[in-house]
Amino acid sequence: MKRIVLLKRVIFAAALIPAAVLIYDAVQGDLTANPIEFITHTTGDWAIRFLVITLAVTPIRRITGWNPIIQLRRMLGLFSFFYATLHFLTWFVLDWFFDFRQMAEDIAMRPFITLGMATFLMLLALALTSTQKSIRRLGRKWTQLHRLIYVAMVTALLHFWLARKTVVPQFQVVLVAAVLVLGFRVWWVTRTKVPSRASAVTRGHA
Amino acid sequence: MFIRRAPDLKFSDITPKSLYLRRRQFLQTAAGAAIGAAAAAVVSPFAARVAAQQRQGTGHGAKLSNVKKSPLSTTGEKLTPWDDITSYNNFYEYGPYKEDPKEQAWRLKPRPWTITVEGYAAKKGTFGFDEFIKPYPLEERVYRMRCVEAWSMVIPWVGIPLKDVIAAYQPTSQAKYVEFVTAFNPAQMPGETTRMLPWPYVEGLRMDEAMNPLAILAVGLYEEELPNQDGAPIRLVVPWKYGFKGIKSIAKIRFVDYQPKNTWQVMASNEYGFFANVNPNVDHPRWSQASERRIGEFFRRKTLPFNGYADQVASMYAGMDPKKLY
Repeated sequence: MKRIVLLKRVIFAAALIPAAVLIYDAVQGDLTANPIEFITHTTGDWAIRFLVITLAVTPIRRITGWNPIIQLRRMLGLFSFFYATLHFLTWFVLDWFFDFRQMAEDIAMRPFITLGMATFLMLLALALTSTQKSIRRLGRKWTQLHRLIYVAMVTALLHFWLARKTVVPQFQVVLVAAVLVLGFRVWWVTRTKVPSRASAVTRGHA
Repeated sequence: MFIRRAPDLKFSDITPKSLYLRRRQFLQTAAGAAIGAAAAAVVSPFAARVAAQQRQGTGHGAKLSNVKKSPLSTTGEKLTPWDDITSYNNFYEYGPYKEDPKEQAWRLKPRPWTITVEGYAAKKGTFGFDEFIKPYPLEERVYRMRCVEAWSMVIPWVGIPLKDVIAAYQPTSQAKYVEFVTAFNPAQMPGETTRMLPWPYVEGLRMDEAMNPLAILAVGLYEEELPNQDGAPIRLVVPWKYGFKGIKSIAKIRFVDYQPKNTWQVMASNEYGFFANVNPNVDHPRWSQASERRIGEFFRRKTLPFNGYADQVASMYAGMDPKKLY
């Protein structure tokens, strides 16, 4: 088996550990005194972590020159979407229990909810167009569409920041990691001036 | 001057092909190590949690005797279990997460403990904890506790009436407010070494609020001494206000002529005020205060004005702009 295939399987299994631990804690009745809040925070934490990890693939590839790592990117992005979906459903079902009026009010009036919702919709669009078929059908538009992940990273960070009373250490860690992976792209683009559009296309989506 | 020189590189400096090819292997090993580290990072908090559960000092406290039931207790509410009251705390001196206080508060030594009374009062000084609470009979007060984060509990506090304590120190007419200060002891309260909040934690009440019969200094719950994570050995309980007004592990009480700058107001004055009275109609700038989740319940319930204690406290705020009372 190729190493990258093995690595992919290992990461797939590892990425399910947080969900498995959450289920284990639920069975053990160990979800703190406020289970809904705990599930909300845990799924949200993992959604944003996987978003950063997804954005770290390209920098790692460029730094190491190990190109097969790119094959992990879609899967990691889908795991971010997976945890974001659980995060969204926790809010939708457990927190508000289908109280549409209250949720609509929250989306309209609470900037952190607005930003969270916008982030989720962006990730949804990216997940839906993550198939080989979509990549072929959308062509260059696909590359443009998938740049939304940068916007999603920023809105997700704002959402996280505004959701808490203080700047919690977990936010600081994610922020530093996000600045590094996004900063790398800025640095990369400025150091390798693109001579022509054609070469930009062959370099593909960062 | 033009210097002609041979290249620095000798043939022996060229990386041997075998080593060059090993670069890939190295990267793969590095990737494997990174995954291993990530897995360890995922697992380690659970190991820490198990270790923390074995710590002393945050479990059941000594049984309190001669506790009389108070007619001022809230009736008709189901009590929040002891486990929930002692494992889900906002106490930033031990960390920003709800589970931190239970894990970290074993560091606190609640005895010996002193409370310093200062400011505009006839009687002042520093008193040992036992000496400080001795004159007053212990009362059980069951109160709702509404956190500014929109969750709530029902807690059977054991405490002493604040108004009796204040009267004992004979504040002068210049004393308009009472300022409370948490112990500053970074060795025992590791959060105080961070810059998360300005330390030590400060809270305050207007004199009439402090003299309201509902206000107590709590020293226990469920007829036991306060566990460290709930603010041992002595804390403020003002049930008509958001929970952050209930300052924990009090070391100083000052009678002052100015409105104290309470910590959360200093931290974010657009979000937290001085009065912090529970009000379902005045939202937190970032979330609604109209409803709350009672710990242990699935559905949200409506938040009551003054947390349901309007009859006893609303008159103190007659004529004041309710927007200023958050």
